[in-house]
Amino acid sequence: MADQDIKRAVQDIECPVVEQPAFTTPPPLEEATVAIVTSASLHHPDQDDFAPKDTSYRVLDASRRDYLVGHWSPNFDTAGVAADLNVVFPLDRLDELAAQGRIGKVADQHLAFAGNQFDLAQIRMDGGPAGAAFLKEQGVDVVLLTPV
Amino acid sequence: MATVALGSIRQQMIGTAPPRGLACDFPLGRPIGKPNDAEFQHKVLAHAFSMLKRTEPGVEDFPESIPDEGTEMLVCPLPPRHDPDAHPAVDEARGLRVAYDRAIEKYGNRVGAGRAISADDVPSAIESFIRISEGTPWKEAQIPGVPARVAQDIRGYYETAALAIVDHTPAAWAGLRWFRDATQTGKVIRAAQQAMKDADVRRDLWLFLLPMDSMQD
Repeated sequence: MADQDIKRAVQDIECPVVEQPAFTTPPPLEEATVAIVTSASLHHPDQDDFAPKDTSYRVLDASRRDYLVGHWSPNFDTAGVAADLNVVFPLDRLDELAAQGRIGKVADQHLAFAGNQFDLAQIRMDGGPAGAAFLKEQGVDVVLLTPV
Repeated sequence: MATVALGSIRQQMIGTAPPRGLACDFPLGRPIGKPNDAEFQHKVLAHAFSMLKRTEPGVEDFPESIPDEGTEMLVCPLPPRHDPDAHPAVDEARGLRVAYDRAIEKYGNRVGAGRAISADDVPSAIESFIRISEGTPWKEAQIPGVPARVAQDIRGYYETAALAIVDHTPAAWAGLRWFRDATQTGKVIRAAQQAMKDADVRRDLWLFLLPMDSMQD
């Protein structure tokens, strides 16, 4: 079985329908503060691992590079992120863009959720809004969402 | 806040209808495309950030795909037999420890042992799967945690060790195929998975020991 077969096996899983997506226009990218929100269940080694049905998030410190991938599904290639964090969580690339002046600032803190969600109501009504509020308090203008 | 979502499964991205979505046909586990290729990663990010100029929601396709044919397997030597009294899988895992530590030193630990078990615990965790493969009920096999999580740590231990041995980043899924199909421990995990299935153990307890294509119906 190839990667495409695994994708085909899950591509028809029912998706939640968001009636009114929050489409907003950000400030110019060269003035924006950019954060990453990943669903790779990343966490620092001194933080709690993600539980199987975890709807909370972990705050990731942009100055650190010690991250564990806590995603519960085995259905992804692990060697890529083992060799290069940026293939899932492109912090170094964002730092380079900030150094070039192409983005205003890289947020000091980023967020990780678990991609394997079962209780969509819980994450829509609690974990998701709480994470968004946290980022807004940090002055984040643009969020890059990355899976694993 | 404005968001741009990257997604590796196009149909799901269309279904979720994000404000801005970039569908990237890259292998699962590599959403930015190519590890250790900053130029390629910047191309993906440039496309994603260009979508901030959109004036209405939409999904775009990144123009390059990274295909996986499902056959490429990492070629990685395994340690010779050292302790004839140990099970071959346990002996093999012990023999990879130096390489594992070297890989952790070079790359850091992102998918290796550490979520359910430590690297020191890998050989004894393998012994618990050996017991299952030989007929011990899984609840009596002394698995040191949730079976899937322990199996993930074992797989991660092997794939991390391989990085130090081959000294290049394997193609997507090639490391998994090596672990699952070429190593003694991979065979043990597969056998344990089959034994749990045959014993009518709850499906989710054995299904996630390995990726979904590993179990032959």
